[in-house]
Amino acid sequence: MCQDCGCGDVNLVPLELQTRILARNDDQAAHNREHFLRQRVFAVNLMGSPGSGKTAVLEATARAFHDGKKLAAIAGDLATDNDAARLKRAGIRSRAIETGQACHLDADMVHHELHHLDLEGAEYLFIENVGNLVCPAVYDLGQNVNVVALSVTEGEDKPLKYPTMFAKADLVLLTKLDLLQYLPNTNLTKLYDALNRVMPEPRVIRVSAQDAVGVDRWVEWLAARRSALMGEAVPA
Amino acid sequence: MHEYSIIQSLVDSVAAAVGSRPGAAVHGVHVAIGDVAGVDCTLLATAYDVFRAGTLCENAALKIEKIPVRWECPRCNGEIATGGFLRCAFCDEPAFLASGDEIILERIELEVA
Repeated sequence: MCQDCGCGDVNLVPLELQTRILARNDDQAAHNREHFLRQRVFAVNLMGSPGSGKTAVLEATARAFHDGKKLAAIAGDLATDNDAARLKRAGIRSRAIETGQACHLDADMVHHELHHLDLEGAEYLFIENVGNLVCPAVYDLGQNVNVVALSVTEGEDKPLKYPTMFAKADLVLLTKLDLLQYLPNTNLTKLYDALNRVMPEPRVIRVSAQDAVGVDRWVEWLAARRSALMGEAVPA
Repeated sequence: MHEYSIIQSLVDSVAAAVGSRPGAAVHGVHVAIGDVAGVDCTLLATAYDVFRAGTLCENAALKIEKIPVRWECPRCNGEIATGGFLRCAFCDEPAFLASGDEIILERIELEVA
């Protein structure tokens, strides 16, 4: 209380902070990133709507690699370990994170799973985030790249509706390309127009996990980005 | 609804800041949220009202300053309009986000005896 005149007002002292509210998550993410680099593992935060084809793309990736030993995955969902089980069947060593009610993964959850996932010999870690185009964009996990899976059935204006997700993406995988023939009203020119308005450098690879279309280009993109980060020559 | 997680981190950040001043009561909490930070300010305020009960923020008002989006050309620093193609019409450089993704605890106000 004010001691000077007895007015009853409180004395307020401002304390300037200017700190990032998610600083603790960001510090943990930086720790995860160091861990990945030390293990020479390239970490991909794979995001997208529920049902956009994230798991199917990773299954197709495993088939393209032939040798699943180079791949590891952490799959996040509110409930069930179905996706991690699918990835294991595809030959990818995987762990599930059941988030309960949480709509996104955070750096702590990923760090916890890293203690249970042997990365020996792995070159890539795919962190399949909770299906959601909003919340996962906010949390750094320590990944090296953000990739968004967007299926052709979701509508051309999705990037305009969820700009934060796409603004943070290094690559958009346009999935379920095999369904495009059944979607006479879907115009990919409109989709590219929308991406240009939310992504400074839109990069898109069209894929169909069903028949492996575009998966070779996706694998080449991964290899080029990993080689650039690790300072290694791109494998032939 | 990641806004609840953000409020949890906010209250933790406030507690850490007040830690060095025992006995001080928190009167106000000022945050800055960018328009493309991926945070809904209405939901954030609701989450704060739910979560602050029983914490040291219980009697502290939350003030949210919204930070507008600004895309710029990295070469000429000219502003690139939001909603258009995010590439400089003069330099042909891809834009960078100069502001608008902030999730910042700016300051707190403490009541002191």
